[in-house]
Amino acid sequence: MTLADLARGDIAKLDEIDTRDPGVIRLMVLGMVEDIVVRMENIAIGGDPLEVGFFGSSVSLRKEQARHFKVTRITAGD
Amino acid sequence: MIESTEVKIPVSGIGIRRKARASIALIGNPNAGKSTLFNRLTGLRQTTGNFPGVTVEKHLGTVQLAHNAFNLIDLPGIYSLDGTSTDERIAVDVTLGRVPGTERPSGLLVVIDATHIYQGLYLLEQLLELQLPTIVALTMIDAATASGISIDIVALQNALGGVPVYPVSSISGHGLDALKEGLEHITSTPFPSIPASWPEFSETAEQLSQQLGPDWQRIDVIQALLRTHPGFAGRLGKLLGQDTVDNLRLKLFGDAPPAAAEARQRYQWIKTVIAEVQEQAPLYSKISARLARWTNRPWPATLLFFAVLLLVFQAVFTWATPMMDAIDALSSGLGRLIITKMGDNALSSFLADGVIAGVGSVLIFLPQILILFLFIIILEDTGYLARTSFLMDRVMRTVGLSGQSVIPMLSSFACAVPSIMATRVIPDRRDRIATILAAPFMTCSARLPIYALLIAAFVPNQSIGWMNLQGLVLFGLYILGILGGLGTALLLKSSALKGPKPHFMLALPDFRAPNLQTVAIKLFDRGRIFLKRAGTVIFVVAILVWTLAYFPRMDTTEYATVATTGTALDQPEIANKRSAAQMEQSWLGRIGRTIEPVFKPLGWDWRVSSAVIAGFPAREVVVAVMGTIYAVGSDADEQSLSEKLRSARWPDGKLIFTLPMVLGLLVFYAWCLQCAATLATIRRETNSWRWPVFAWVYMTSIGYTGAFVIFQVGSIL
Repeated sequence: MTLADLARGDIAKLDEIDTRDPGVIRLMVLGMVEDIVVRMENIAIGGDPLEVGFFGSSVSLRKEQARHFKVTRITAGD
Repeated sequence: MIESTEVKIPVSGIGIRRKARASIALIGNPNAGKSTLFNRLTGLRQTTGNFPGVTVEKHLGTVQLAHNAFNLIDLPGIYSLDGTSTDERIAVDVTLGRVPGTERPSGLLVVIDATHIYQGLYLLEQLLELQLPTIVALTMIDAATASGISIDIVALQNALGGVPVYPVSSISGHGLDALKEGLEHITSTPFPSIPASWPEFSETAEQLSQQLGPDWQRIDVIQALLRTHPGFAGRLGKLLGQDTVDNLRLKLFGDAPPAAAEARQRYQWIKTVIAEVQEQAPLYSKISARLARWTNRPWPATLLFFAVLLLVFQAVFTWATPMMDAIDALSSGLGRLIITKMGDNALSSFLADGVIAGVGSVLIFLPQILILFLFIIILEDTGYLARTSFLMDRVMRTVGLSGQSVIPMLSSFACAVPSIMATRVIPDRRDRIATILAAPFMTCSARLPIYALLIAAFVPNQSIGWMNLQGLVLFGLYILGILGGLGTALLLKSSALKGPKPHFMLALPDFRAPNLQTVAIKLFDRGRIFLKRAGTVIFVVAILVWTLAYFPRMDTTEYATVATTGTALDQPEIANKRSAAQMEQSWLGRIGRTIEPVFKPLGWDWRVSSAVIAGFPAREVVVAVMGTIYAVGSDADEQSLSEKLRSARWPDGKLIFTLPMVLGLLVFYAWCLQCAATLATIRRETNSWRWPVFAWVYMTSIGYTGAFVIFQVGSIL
């Protein structure tokens, strides 16, 4: 399961990150690294882009990059 | 314990002012409260300029302390020292002393938002590699407390190896005195020789820096190894041998890209620090938080976005009118006063029609610009503008751009100049240039007067359903601008600027109440920049047009001829006839008739053509030029000018301003790039003449073609 498969409000742990996409590296610089817990805060109309929250911050990204983050869902959303 | 103290903003001339000896750089994440702290620390002793070669604004201020004074350099907000955007590169180069004309800071004041210490600590750990005296201001401490976050300051300082941390609230002023006390001793502040987040890397870099000699500081080696500075990376490879460097990289980063390895290492450490120093109380749901979450849902948020846009436009049009009328009355009254007192001669005409009408035509836009900027600054300060990028990313994707182009395009409704500067947050150069070329299509406030004039004169004031026809035409012109911009972006992104699909990643700031001092200072800044930039251009053009229209003077016999043919007319009509005849044989009139054939296929006579030509440096002068040309004097009110336009005829008696001609003229205005300031800004921002030349030729061609097609087709129908 990847970050792109989460529903609004889901909480998940980031497991493995594919760093071949340069956009993914910029997300890592913003703090999206392995083993952190994220919450799918928002999904825009049409299913893309996504807004992910972690440690009090919010970052928006496109599904294309979200697919490079493998996750384990911890709790389902609201 | 933090003392509750009132912050005083020292007024110049009162108290002892010390001369700043050294400078300190203020650096931190975007939206960390950096500007507010800067304003708090420097009061009104600040200047705004540009860093050489780029249009990144440089804010300088002086902090007066009890025993010392420092220059404070406010740097653009950044997340890391990797330097992918212009802002990031500038911030890095200034702190490293690589920018000519800006001395290397002798200390760093790092701003960390207490509600976002995760990302704040990442930048801090990178900055500690600079080996400069560093202190931390932990801002938004009250917001953190309100959302249930408490931070153990002593534990944080220990984790950072002794870097002093000062919790402050820029809004209430809590903690500022302690921070100033800390700044006083900044140069003698201890800081860790090796930051704790990635000691292997720092130690390796430190050893290499000592081995390579004084030309190589630790940060230079770090940038070389991380490949964030291509120059250093190349030189390191030559000095040590490429194999050695590659092996070193493999040992430090494994097979991951260096930046990914760095993020993993440092954030891993930051996570453990946060677990030690931060306690997060369970959040109880407040009404405001629930409201924010509801408005954040896609559909409500999108509807709210359009409601906000509508409110902004409404405010720009309605609130500004009284102030614009007042400025108009003042300048035309002053002009008339000069003519009455001094008589009708070259000097009085120069002062009234050239100088006062010129300055007035600039000033009249100030209320609209200020209202628009007030909204944009508030939307920016509350964090709403960043949210619109998220909402509109989908739309921008259809033309090959991303949500990051939304903010520049929205602010282009005020003026393309600051909006082109706002594109520097877009990391990809191709996307940035496509946005720069799309932005001038948006209906800026300078297009409004000519739209208002032509619509009032030629579009009937009637209702269609619940809409007003004039308002509908104006709305259509805005849509026309948006379509022109989006179409241009699509065209460029699928041809000359074709590249990989843009990424869209943006740290979304929290909603927060705008800070009044910050809003006021930014608004004042914008107003000043507008008056200075636009004022100089329009002022010069107005004087030039006046000179061309005023000289050479008719001789007296010609005057007499005009006067006798006009005997049956009223006194003002004679004067109008006379200035029309004067205009026709002036340099401007002669130029106009020379270029008339070029614009004849659009249905324009020499007068419209020369007004349009005069409007190329700054489109807002066109109304004034039309006024002068149509022989009513440039200070005439628009009502009589629109009557003149309605009755203007070709020599054969046919009306000049027919519906197809007017519609064509409006399309020309919507698409044509008539703004020297925009061209100059494109030149500066793209660092080449190619793009401004392209933008001008392209926009003028499609404006001309649009007007041509509409006039020709419309005339046949």
